[in-house]
Amino acid sequence: MPAATETIDTVQALADTGYKWGFETNIEMDLAPKGLNEDIIRLISERKEEPSWMLDWRLKAYAAWLKMPEPDWAHVTHPPIDYQDLHYYAAPKKKAGPKSLDEVDPELLAMYEKLGIPLKERAILAGVEPDENERPPIAVDAVFDSVSVATTFRETLSKSGVIFCPISEAVRDHPDLVKQYIGSVVPVADNFFAALNSAVFTDGSFVYIPKGVRCPMELSTYFRINARNTGQFERTLIIAEAGSHVSYLEGCTAPQRDENQLHAAVVELVAMDDASIKYSTVQNWYPGDAEGRGGIYNFVTKRGACRGARSKISWTQVETGSAITWKYPSCLLLGEDSVGEFYSVAVTTMHQQADTGTKMIHVGKGSTSTIVSKGISAGKSNNTYRGLVRILPSAKGARNHTQCDSLLIGDQCGAHTVPYIESRNPSAKVEHEATTSKIAEDQLFYCRQRGLSEEDAVNLIVNGFCKEVLKELPMEFAVEAQKLLAVSLEGSVG
Amino acid sequence: MNAPVSLGAAGFLARYDAARHLLSGDPSVRDAAAEAFRRSGLPGGTSARRPEAWKYTSLRPIAETALQSLADDRDVSALLARVPALDSPLVVFVDGRFRADLSNPPAGFSTFAKQPEFGDLARPDRDPMTALNTMLAEDGARLRIAAGGDAGVVRLVSLATGAETLHPRHVLHLEPGARLTVLDVSIGDGTYLHNPVTEAHVGADAHLIHVRLQDESADAFHLATLYVDVAAAGTYDGFTLNLGGRLTRAEFHVGLTGAAAVAHLNGAQLLTGTQHADFTSVVRHAEPHGTSRQTVRNVLAGRSRGVFQGRIEVARGAQKTDGYQMNQALLLSPDAEIDSKPELEIFADDVKCSHGATVGELDAEQLFYLRSRGIPDQEARALLVRAFLQEGLDDVTDARIHAIMEASVQGWWDRQSAQAITERANATKAVGA
Amino acid sequence: MLQIRGLAASINEKPILRGIDLTVPAGEVHAIMGPNGSGKSTLGYVLSGREDYVVTAGTVTFNGVDLLGMKPEERAAAGVFLAFQAPIELPGVNNANFLRTALNAIRRSHGESELDAVQFLKLARAEAKRLAMPDDMLRRNVNVGFSGGEKKRNEVLQMAILRPKLAILDETDSGLDIDALKIVADGVNALRGPDFSALVITHHQRLLDHLVPNRVHVLAQGRIVRSGGPDLARDLEKSGYAGLVPEAA
Repeated sequence: MPAATETIDTVQALADTGYKWGFETNIEMDLAPKGLNEDIIRLISERKEEPSWMLDWRLKAYAAWLKMPEPDWAHVTHPPIDYQDLHYYAAPKKKAGPKSLDEVDPELLAMYEKLGIPLKERAILAGVEPDENERPPIAVDAVFDSVSVATTFRETLSKSGVIFCPISEAVRDHPDLVKQYIGSVVPVADNFFAALNSAVFTDGSFVYIPKGVRCPMELSTYFRINARNTGQFERTLIIAEAGSHVSYLEGCTAPQRDENQLHAAVVELVAMDDASIKYSTVQNWYPGDAEGRGGIYNFVTKRGACRGARSKISWTQVETGSAITWKYPSCLLLGEDSVGEFYSVAVTTMHQQADTGTKMIHVGKGSTSTIVSKGISAGKSNNTYRGLVRILPSAKGARNHTQCDSLLIGDQCGAHTVPYIESRNPSAKVEHEATTSKIAEDQLFYCRQRGLSEEDAVNLIVNGFCKEVLKELPMEFAVEAQKLLAVSLEGSVG
Repeated sequence: MNAPVSLGAAGFLARYDAARHLLSGDPSVRDAAAEAFRRSGLPGGTSARRPEAWKYTSLRPIAETALQSLADDRDVSALLARVPALDSPLVVFVDGRFRADLSNPPAGFSTFAKQPEFGDLARPDRDPMTALNTMLAEDGARLRIAAGGDAGVVRLVSLATGAETLHPRHVLHLEPGARLTVLDVSIGDGTYLHNPVTEAHVGADAHLIHVRLQDESADAFHLATLYVDVAAAGTYDGFTLNLGGRLTRAEFHVGLTGAAAVAHLNGAQLLTGTQHADFTSVVRHAEPHGTSRQTVRNVLAGRSRGVFQGRIEVARGAQKTDGYQMNQALLLSPDAEIDSKPELEIFADDVKCSHGATVGELDAEQLFYLRSRGIPDQEARALLVRAFLQEGLDDVTDARIHAIMEASVQGWWDRQSAQAITERANATKAVGA
Repeated sequence: MLQIRGLAASINEKPILRGIDLTVPAGEVHAIMGPNGSGKSTLGYVLSGREDYVVTAGTVTFNGVDLLGMKPEERAAAGVFLAFQAPIELPGVNNANFLRTALNAIRRSHGESELDAVQFLKLARAEAKRLAMPDDMLRRNVNVGFSGGEKKRNEVLQMAILRPKLAILDETDSGLDIDALKIVADGVNALRGPDFSALVITHHQRLLDHLVPNRVHVLAQGRIVRSGGPDLARDLEKSGYAGLVPEAA
């Protein structure tokens, strides 16, 4: 019954304006001194009780980072970032890592409750699922500033052999897996922000799906930046062995603050033969205020390697937050007949800047990729799609189809499309289409004639514009994403 | 000036320093250009990172080629015979110098040598090849069409005999309501660099058709930079056919600076061997109700590489802009490469802009259809490639010029197609085996 | 119910309506006929509040309130429904979702409770069935990929669900086969009652065979040049507009 679920009735519930996730949580914090140097990296490694190979790896990354220039090619501008004016480690104070949810600081639990994130396993298990199609519960890893504070459903998952834990724990408990895969998709010196992350990453999620296993529930991570003047550098690594399948969701929020905060994450995905990874993001970091003060700098490197034949990696993102977004979730299509997908909605309002897109690198014979990007710019914002499709000589019969549509709301914003298409195989077929337009007057009038307010009409049309992408999200996320779109665009119309 | 020239940017700068006192025109403009060129160098000529505008084209081959002038007074009759026959005024430059004896110029014609004025559209500060041209330009065509006048077709021909480097500076000026068609032909023999800079001013309601036929020698470098300004309700209708040259680039900067101005920037590139051809354009819609249309087709055989970089910019306030851009590439060989970057940069909301790009080989179903009707594979391929090109040439509306372009394509085809198609057929066989 | 007095309107400074006087009492159906370009569609747009039409003179009151001072959605909430001559496509917007949003917006404005998805679907399916429309029409995107006839029927379905007080049908019958025409007429007839009026813009008598109007008006060059009973439409069918249209000014 799709008609029943595809509603925007929740829009009214969110009628008040502004960023709703901007509250701060009062938690006693363990903060490293400001600044970045080898000692800080040693301290992070020590706090994480890491083996020495991990520290060496970090130091190598740091050495590389020192020699790298900050990238300047994106369609974004910001004052220089003082990398010495940040805390690189911030964690809630506690005795030892929480062994169960009962040990988690109640303030933290309350915060996640406020964010609507289900950390209580019991509640979910006993929960009344309204939908008739019986959705399985979702396992959650919650990352608060620099550390993972809780991971739910670990035992249930481990019964099927799935490992889902904070990456800091994986470094200790599954060193062989981490050692084998970390940096294998995004090398330490891949780019400026990836190198920085490799040197100072503090936590993130680790997922391992064994051969032939279909992960029994959706996995998700919620990231929360709370502390002032901190950078958040999480690192996520997902390995899907042959024939396995996993769907992973991430959500992000941060308090409202006047200064800018840096978020430089790295996500690496590895899919072996016939494996598939679906990675969904709803990014709602604090975007700054109406004058462009504050907000998160979201400089993220996400890349998946389709190593096996017929492997598939699908990225879906709904980007509504952050002052600046700089991210290009990419697929390295190495396996024969491997599949890469990128579905994106990026909304910018006020003074937000987004430069986002994807890279599809076709190496394997018969590899295919699909790119659907929907950019919506309003206010004084700038929204850029930047994407690369590269077909190497080995990628016989490769296919790509790209559709990029931009919608402009108001005449003070900008929408930009920068595709790079490079083909070196005659049997490959690459198609790119892009359009830029505004909401048609006759569409607005039609909706209003049927009784919708202008704002509701815009929401409806925008949601329709994004439908192709939203339908790729797991249902809970799709509803949340629709609400977010509505809230993000409030006040942009008229 | 027959002394051996040192290589690369340093060579050009040394030459400028030596000849500076002999060159006409405002020395401060030349000095500023030299300064800009000193900073930029030849993109790709050194190990420095190339700017984004030169992402897919490196001028290293130019930097590594000793470009020396040959003996004067070479016989140009063979080259002259290749100038398209047309009952129309003719302006001939040989090795960058105007040759009155070979020309039949129209009214309103003059030369840069007589009137060494640098226009205000060119951007030597930003564009390295324009800086190089500004530094060393000695001659060029200046053509002014009076308001309301129709100058018909003018052939503007560059013949290169292998003399080192040519930096002609052309200016086309259409006053309000004027009409002009320019058939701009570049041909030559031997190794040389042809680096023309053209400024075109299209006045209100004026109409300039600019058909460029680039058929330089196989060893030539051709780097043309064109700056076009179109006033209200004016039209610049450009078509470029790239056939020759070892390394070529046509770079357009078109400003639609009056309301309801129109630009067409179409083209076709036919490449084989190790040819590299770059079609780069920036169309800036500065005022409302402008229209831009662009379709560039590439047929790439051998180990050739085609580059397309097209940007449509819509300024804040340029409402009701209608922009369209399409890049298509047919790869006929497993070693050919296309790099395409169609780009939209939009700052106004009430616009209709779209672009597209398609890259692939010949349509298998079409091919099968033809073969099922009894047409042999190679012929069927040739037919489809020709059809693909034909559609492009249809953008050239003047029947006489259309015929000239078709003949040029035919000539290219006669020279290349057998080789290209054989390569492709062999590749298919190898894979099928 | 609907009172139009001296209504003049223009688009892009070009006058289209040049002084319309028309009263449609509650419970009546009036037909508007007239040659192409006479201002029939403009009248529909002006009554429903399309913003690019500028009212230059006159008044329109609807159940005693000034219609011209209201936004399009307020007019819809007050019960004005325009069946578009060329219904608009809304890519990605599901028909059921669109209609429920519209219905609930109107219900909200009347202080009525909103329908949840289940209640709404029950209602919508019943209406679709009554109008002999396939169920999947509700699942498809609004008018996207609909045939001409499907678009027109979709307008009638919307009307049946939103239950307006004043329906303006702008050539809803054109391009329809005889069965579809009957569905349109049935859709309007089903709503007929003391609180419902309709303005039916049409070129053809055949719709009026199924949907007998109380009055027929002929619009030409922005004015009503003739009004009469249902017979007028039949006369026009025979003799055309020639005798009615004033010489070009």
